[in-house]
Amino acid sequence: MLLDFLDLGFLESWPLWRQLRDGGDGTGPEAMSRRTRELRPKTAGAEVARSVCPYCAVGCGQLVHHRDGKLLAIEGDPESPISRGRLCPKGAASHELLTHPGRLTRVKYRAPFATRWQEISLDEAMDRIADRVWESRERTFEEERDGSVLMQCKGIAHLGGATLDNEENYLLKKLFTGGLGITRVSNQARI
Amino acid sequence: MPGLGTSLGRGGATTAQQDLANADAILIMGSSMAENHPVGFQWVMEARERGATVIHVDPRFTRTSAMSDLWVPLRAGSDIVFLGGLVRYALEHGKVFRDYVVPYTNAAVLLKDELRDAEDLDGLFSGWDEGRGEYDPATWLYRGGRLKVDGDEGAPGHEPEAGGHGKDRGGEAQEIETIERDETLEHPLCVYQVTRRHFARYTPEMVERACGVPAAEFLRVADAFCSASGPERTGAICYAVGWTQHSVGVQIIRTAAILQLLLGNVGRPGGGILALRGHASIQGSTDIPTLYDVLPGYLTMPVFDDDADDLAHYLRKHQSETGWWHNLDKYVVSLLKAWYGEEATAANGFAFDLLPRVDGDHSHQGYWLEMAEGKLEGLFVIGQNPAVGAPNGRLERKALARLRWLVVRDLVEVETASFWYDSPEIERGELRTDEIATEVFLLPAAGHAEKDGTFTNTQRLLQWHEKAVDPPGDCTSEPWFVDQLARRLKARVAGSRRRRDRPLQALTWDYPLESQRGGPVVDEIAREIHGWKLPPAGSGGARELVSGFTDLAADGSTACGCWIYSGLYAGGVNRPRQREARGPLGHGWGFAWPSDRRILYNRCSARPDGAPWSERKKLVWWDDAQGEWTGVDVPDFTKRKAPGYRPPAGAKGDDAIAGDQPFTMHPDGVGWIWVTTGLKDGPLPTHYEPLESPIENPLYGRQRNPAADQKEGPDNRYAPDLDPRYPHVLTTYRLTEHHTAGGMSRHLSHLAELQPELFAEISLELAEEAGVSNGDWVTIGTPRALIEARALVTARIKSLVVDGKRVHQVGLPYHWGQRGLVRGDVVNDLVAISQEPNVRIMEAKALVCSLARGRRPRGADVLDQL
Repeated sequence: MLLDFLDLGFLESWPLWRQLRDGGDGTGPEAMSRRTRELRPKTAGAEVARSVCPYCAVGCGQLVHHRDGKLLAIEGDPESPISRGRLCPKGAASHELLTHPGRLTRVKYRAPFATRWQEISLDEAMDRIADRVWESRERTFEEERDGSVLMQCKGIAHLGGATLDNEENYLLKKLFTGGLGITRVSNQARI
Repeated sequence: MPGLGTSLGRGGATTAQQDLANADAILIMGSSMAENHPVGFQWVMEARERGATVIHVDPRFTRTSAMSDLWVPLRAGSDIVFLGGLVRYALEHGKVFRDYVVPYTNAAVLLKDELRDAEDLDGLFSGWDEGRGEYDPATWLYRGGRLKVDGDEGAPGHEPEAGGHGKDRGGEAQEIETIERDETLEHPLCVYQVTRRHFARYTPEMVERACGVPAAEFLRVADAFCSASGPERTGAICYAVGWTQHSVGVQIIRTAAILQLLLGNVGRPGGGILALRGHASIQGSTDIPTLYDVLPGYLTMPVFDDDADDLAHYLRKHQSETGWWHNLDKYVVSLLKAWYGEEATAANGFAFDLLPRVDGDHSHQGYWLEMAEGKLEGLFVIGQNPAVGAPNGRLERKALARLRWLVVRDLVEVETASFWYDSPEIERGELRTDEIATEVFLLPAAGHAEKDGTFTNTQRLLQWHEKAVDPPGDCTSEPWFVDQLARRLKARVAGSRRRRDRPLQALTWDYPLESQRGGPVVDEIAREIHGWKLPPAGSGGARELVSGFTDLAADGSTACGCWIYSGLYAGGVNRPRQREARGPLGHGWGFAWPSDRRILYNRCSARPDGAPWSERKKLVWWDDAQGEWTGVDVPDFTKRKAPGYRPPAGAKGDDAIAGDQPFTMHPDGVGWIWVTTGLKDGPLPTHYEPLESPIENPLYGRQRNPAADQKEGPDNRYAPDLDPRYPHVLTTYRLTEHHTAGGMSRHLSHLAELQPELFAEISLELAEEAGVSNGDWVTIGTPRALIEARALVTARIKSLVVDGKRVHQVGLPYHWGQRGLVRGDVVNDLVAISQEPNVRIMEAKALVCSLARGRRPRGADVLDQL
């Protein structure tokens, strides 16, 4: 019993012993409990994706820590030659941007004259959207006017792009203008 | 965009944020950089620590002002007078960097005898057609120049349907033939002297009268900024939407470009103009445009009739004989090959007739007014929230109710998606939910960490963001959405023989799919944007990546989705994904267009003979031993073109640009103080009052920009000039803790807590006059709307003496709406739908308003008071 009591493990768990052995004023590592000593950042051992802040156009570098398909944290990338690891309040909130409870995760559908949303499946929404595009294009497409090429779908418009990726804007412009003949395409940029 | 584009050749920031650290003076105007681009502002602070003078000119004292050496409050909407005053100061006080200006700008070029300036015609230039409300630029051309037009077509860049984002802003309407120059700059009709006379009345006294800035304060700024000039010193200018959102927005930026050209500050370290963009990829969304007037890479959208039916006519009109844009055919043909694949052949004009033609104002505000009249059936809104963010929100939201269908894609249920049950119009009884026929699809979107892709930041830098995790639930990326839609629609036209179905049939769409949800591999889209060398048709050979845009050809042997981005996959490496920064400009980290050049026009950083202007300001120089340009940046110049190169007679394209002409996009290779064609409101910036103003224009009889389009109507009314009901100047702005229309910030707990409530920033004087104490409710009114906010009574905003009378200014941040954790009235409801003539932007930064103590009326009572 006494031997157990004097066991090195016990002594090791005694802050006074550690202070006597290692020095220090009793507020440093010598005072830490084992739990504290063994604490690791929640991002330890996580995978890291190199990313870019989605808010303004400074283009701050971000490190996106994730594990098992779940986001853990988003922090500034110290290697970025532009931001040098810093993020502003918005950039620092970008983990919450993707994980907050108010985020939309299901398709919502409102029928004409309906007073409430209903849920429909993503596939059904895509089928119906394709139907609407097709019908409106059929009704409003003009191939020619006064003998000159027009090839324009007049009844459909698009808005948005400055928050999207270049590759996304490319596909949108390619399909909408190049494929469907939609010229009423616009976004936030007026620069 | 055309402000920088017409002056310098490209519509992008000329410099990198890091390079601000090299400046000797920084002028921040039309921006609160410390609040809206806080992390970029560290480079301003770095410059200041190295001894630079930082100047903030803004109606409000903000955190930017607090960190500046000088803060000068001015009246919102008087920017051209202030900047024109700086131009005049530089010209009249020997601050012009003459050794730079004579060879590198068009200052020495002679203009036509027929030209009449705004000084001669009381605010108009020659060529104004009052009936059509537009200019004929024929008299603006260089002496001896002819306007390139066919029959009664508009000149390139001047068609009423066309917007200003396209390439036709470098004088494509002029054949550059015999340019006459006077290098003494003394000829009365040389650009230098015409500019001098134009700005002669923009004196410190005029600045005091129009801007409300005491002459002595203006002179302190003028001396501080204009001294950052010459071989040893440079100054930079930073601006944001505080300059663009005006009825003269493009011309404000033009004035800055003129100033920087005169001071010799473009293309040099610590110089240039940094356009501070407000969304992650706002630069990218004009480079690869989801815009009405351009195709990727600033290729002009074909205009109905004017560009006729065939490619040859389009090229004849838009291609320049000299300068880089002589390559237009290569870029257009390569785009058509990228889109229409084997359907695009030399025999059919590369299927140019499959592209739609623009036949009206198809910009946001232009088509929204069509929508309000019930002329549109369907609308996609993707990552934007016009119910809160667009001008005249009441009109915008009511127009949504006239649609048959609406698709909204976003991270949250934004006000644009919920207009049919919780908009102010429902509350006021203007709309009834059960009477709205609009079918609404609200699709949840993936966020930036849930998909691969690139953003183009404010300094033209493409940076890849890697996908970390799958998006939750039904959330999908835009590539997934567009791909799904494309596949469904392409299936319907398989086998069709109708002409209208040909574009969709021909559209190349063979992207490999990712496993998760089956969206296209984004890397493959990036490669298409970069470009391919195609094997001969039917040869069965493999395509190869091009090395960059110099590989592109006009014979159909290459395909490229956006020529200015070509190079992003050079050597088979995804360059936007690179993360190995080296050197002061961060090469090796991301990819800057074009060709990874970090500072545009950097040939200017060397003297005409190729040597650096000074050791302190060296950047790119000619290495005689190697016979090439070298330095710390990629030269924005043909690498082996010697400084002494002179083009042979009849030279075309880049071969026609001499070895000492740095502005290679322009047909004459120099920076344009004077813009011959491409701007719809004049060759030089001219001060006009905002569309709504408390004073008469102190400079000219013309009150407003004559070429601006007010789109006036019953739901979009204006206050008459000097209307005593609306005596105060109103300006809108953003806060650090929120983002634009709030969809990405109002729903987040920390940001909502940091800035919980809409407020109106007003001066102590106005508060006393209106009997308002700090924290009181106030109602702010314009002819479009009444909104309520808490008064923030502060010395940070000053009442100014303008044109002899006291003018109060009201500042309103615009982030709130009906939804989210924190809610408030929609500030943009106050703003009119209006269009600057070149880019069709609204005037949100200078209008007039009323302000009274107390809350606004509820329900339909609001309408009675409008």
